[in-house]
Amino acid sequence: MEFLEARAILTDDSAAETAPAVGTRQHLVVIGNGMAGCRAVEELLARDGARFRVTIFGAEPHVNYNRIMLSPVLAGEKTFQEIVINDSGWYAQHGIELVAGDPVLAIDRAARTVTARSGRVTRYDKLLIATGSDPFIIPVPGHDLPGVISFRDMADVDAMLAAACDGGDAVVIGGGLLGLEAAHGLTLRGMKVTVLHLMPTLMERQLDEAAGWLLKSALEARGQTILTGADTAAILGDGKVEGVQLKDGRVIPAKLVVMAVGIRPSVKLAREAGLAVGRGIQVDDHMVTSDANVLAVGECVEHDGQCYGLVAPLWDMCRSLADGLVARTNPYRGSVTSTKLKVAGLDVFSAGDFSGGEGCEDIVLRDAARGIYKRVVLKDDRVIGTVLFGDTSDGGWHFDLIKKGEDVAPIRDVLIYGQAFASGGGLADPKAAVAALSDDAEICGCNGVSKGQVVATIQGGACSLDAVRAGCKASASCGSCTGIVESLLALTLGEDGVQAGPRTMCKCTTYGHDKVRRAIVERGMKAIPEVMQTLHWSTPDGCSSCRPALNYYLLCALPGEYVDDQQSRFVNERLHANIQKDGTYSVVPRMWGGVTTPTELRAIADVVEKYNAPMVKVTGGQRLDIFGIHKEDLPAVWADLNAAGMVSGHAYAKALRTVKTCVGSEWCRFGTQDSTGLGIRLERGFWGSWMPHKFKMAVSGCPRNCAEATIKDFGVICVDSGYELHVGGNGGIHVRATDLLTKVATEEEAMHIAAAFVQLYREEARYLERTAPWIERVGLAYVTARVVEDEAGRDALAARFWHSQSFSQDDPWADRVAGADAGLHQPLLVAAE
Amino acid sequence: MTDWIDIGTLAGLPLRGSRTLTLGGQPVAVFRTHDDQVFALIDRCPHKGGPLSAGIVHGHAVACPLHNLRISLATGAALGEEAGCTPVVPVRVEGERILLASPVRAAA
Repeated sequence: MEFLEARAILTDDSAAETAPAVGTRQHLVVIGNGMAGCRAVEELLARDGARFRVTIFGAEPHVNYNRIMLSPVLAGEKTFQEIVINDSGWYAQHGIELVAGDPVLAIDRAARTVTARSGRVTRYDKLLIATGSDPFIIPVPGHDLPGVISFRDMADVDAMLAAACDGGDAVVIGGGLLGLEAAHGLTLRGMKVTVLHLMPTLMERQLDEAAGWLLKSALEARGQTILTGADTAAILGDGKVEGVQLKDGRVIPAKLVVMAVGIRPSVKLAREAGLAVGRGIQVDDHMVTSDANVLAVGECVEHDGQCYGLVAPLWDMCRSLADGLVARTNPYRGSVTSTKLKVAGLDVFSAGDFSGGEGCEDIVLRDAARGIYKRVVLKDDRVIGTVLFGDTSDGGWHFDLIKKGEDVAPIRDVLIYGQAFASGGGLADPKAAVAALSDDAEICGCNGVSKGQVVATIQGGACSLDAVRAGCKASASCGSCTGIVESLLALTLGEDGVQAGPRTMCKCTTYGHDKVRRAIVERGMKAIPEVMQTLHWSTPDGCSSCRPALNYYLLCALPGEYVDDQQSRFVNERLHANIQKDGTYSVVPRMWGGVTTPTELRAIADVVEKYNAPMVKVTGGQRLDIFGIHKEDLPAVWADLNAAGMVSGHAYAKALRTVKTCVGSEWCRFGTQDSTGLGIRLERGFWGSWMPHKFKMAVSGCPRNCAEATIKDFGVICVDSGYELHVGGNGGIHVRATDLLTKVATEEEAMHIAAAFVQLYREEARYLERTAPWIERVGLAYVTARVVEDEAGRDALAARFWHSQSFSQDDPWADRVAGADAGLHQPLLVAAE
Repeated sequence: MTDWIDIGTLAGLPLRGSRTLTLGGQPVAVFRTHDDQVFALIDRCPHKGGPLSAGIVHGHAVACPLHNLRISLATGAALGEEAGCTPVVPVRVEGERILLASPVRAAA
């Protein structure tokens, strides 16, 4: 986490504090380092970066973070670092002084100064109050017991995480948006959670009764206890929280109570400073308070009698504020709000007025099997409200219709089936729906980004999802608009123009390979079920895509510790042979460097005859492949091959396959080095190591390259002065010649570089990614930097490889010959007729 | 009346795995899923005849080892876009014992 030392930042330029601001730069002081305060500064900088010198005071010891993303942090889906909006670099870049952890306690409007808790007095030309809101604590007996907290800032999240460490009971008071997110997070963290809600249905301000009920049943199915109509009488406990008593006498045990019953605009400072305050700090259309030099923005303000507790109005306010400060007109006219959220993986959306009433008509669609409920409220042929549960893809469109007040009479009959259908597409083509959105339709609710802004960002050169996120922040926060942003990329650039980001591993998860792998390493996960649980797999035990990948990632991360899961391996790796189209297997014994002996050849010939193998063939990797062996006979075949000194050739595995060699200086008149000897040495060192995909090596004794080393994953070309080491070649569907990694003088160096390269590939390539696409993805320069240039890093990689090898060089055939996993080979016994 | 044949114990089947036997001349694959349910199918993928018993068992499905078709263990039908169906062999678990319906008698 990024803690900023308040003391260290107290580097006041005292001259600037006592004298008026130098030159024309006015001093803007912002009270509040939250979403509103920082967004207002961002908007201002975007219009005129030179007008103000900016100082921001924050009560929390953090940089500016996305408060609405505290829920995913609580749920373990994101880290604090991932929800930072502006890191310390942003403040530095714009010359903004951040005074974190030192809240402002008083405003002196006559002297135009603010006083912080540390005693520091700072003069301002313009003051911006962005103090947000305070959680409302219901004043029941026991509300001040240790263990009663709110859900408002990072400190609250830390308190909840500490309490959840050893499980136990938690009560969340309040079944609104915040309360349900807290309950979801605590449930995922292993606590037994009861939600107490005063009203008859959950989230009654955002959802109608039907959707509220669907939400309740879905949450109950996820293990929470939801009590509606539950009125809290007292919080019980002696010195710390022990339970909650309801007015009807029921007592619910709890060691943690989260109060999430609502928020109040934080107006104490403003009131004490004598500013006009109603429910919030009263502001005009440019967010100016009753003092022309003092502005206010965000949840702490009251505009036109309205207070807002959602993020979208805040962006509107910040735009009007910034325009006002640089003397442009764009008055704030209030906001129509919508709510889109995900609780426990459930999509919920509502907007406008859905209370019904005189002259209102409802159009409702229910799909019980898929858990979908859609309701659109019409008045005078105009959409005035909407509630969506389960499928919220049309939320943006409905919201747009509400804001525009368009006449929907022509599409009324098909309105409920969604935008694509209603616009005449007939089929639910999500792209047609996105194409039909107007330019000012809001795409990203978290960051207030319109379709026009997203498209402009794409046209300005952003060709990938990540680039769009970096460019205009759309999809950078909660991610629920990611699908729409991807459609906009495809629409603007054409399908081929979009640079794909990391895809999800499979349909069981929303994470890509890299994120899953990072999580495994960072959190020290030790088993497949643990990964699935921690990362919210959507299936009970994964699928044939993710299970082998997870098995490999764990194996790679924990050599010698992780116990391989046979059932998460493809059949070839489970039966240590290659399955053929008729269900029989082929068997390839290892021949080190492609060199064999009369004893080995006799043993192979005997096996072929003894088991009636229909074919024996020389492979491209210089081995002999025995075809047509039945799975029942495999252990006996291996026993015979073992007896002649041969071990598994791993021709079936995502591992080192073969090291192909030419005869080199021992026989060849052109040979420059002992290529056969180096090949055997490589194969002896590298056999048995599991990899993301199959891995082939070759050593050619001269640049004539008879061993075809330049289409291998790791190829060596011997020259008079040493060894050229090549990587990333492939002779498959897409032939790719190797890149020259480096040149070394000795076999020892070649072995060392090979070990470091293989380990980098093992640790960083995605499962089923060969070296060729991996190197194309990360770039040869990166591999060179890690394996050749960074000497210490190279030594560490090689050391990790040899450590891993110390556990992997056991012949799997010998284990089976000794009787391991006999059930995999022998049929069930039954008295067949 | 179906004749039930005792083919062994639940413990004799690997979790998320399968074993095979021949019954009435047909190859049969018996599967045990993550939730300890037992299913049995003719051990032949409707696509190209691959041995389903060698596939990865996940949920109540198995992925054929030859071309990764996913087959429902409950119905024998190919899942997703694919078409095709492999015959289901009735199976039940009694205590620890697994009982398979004899295909010859069942057809009679």
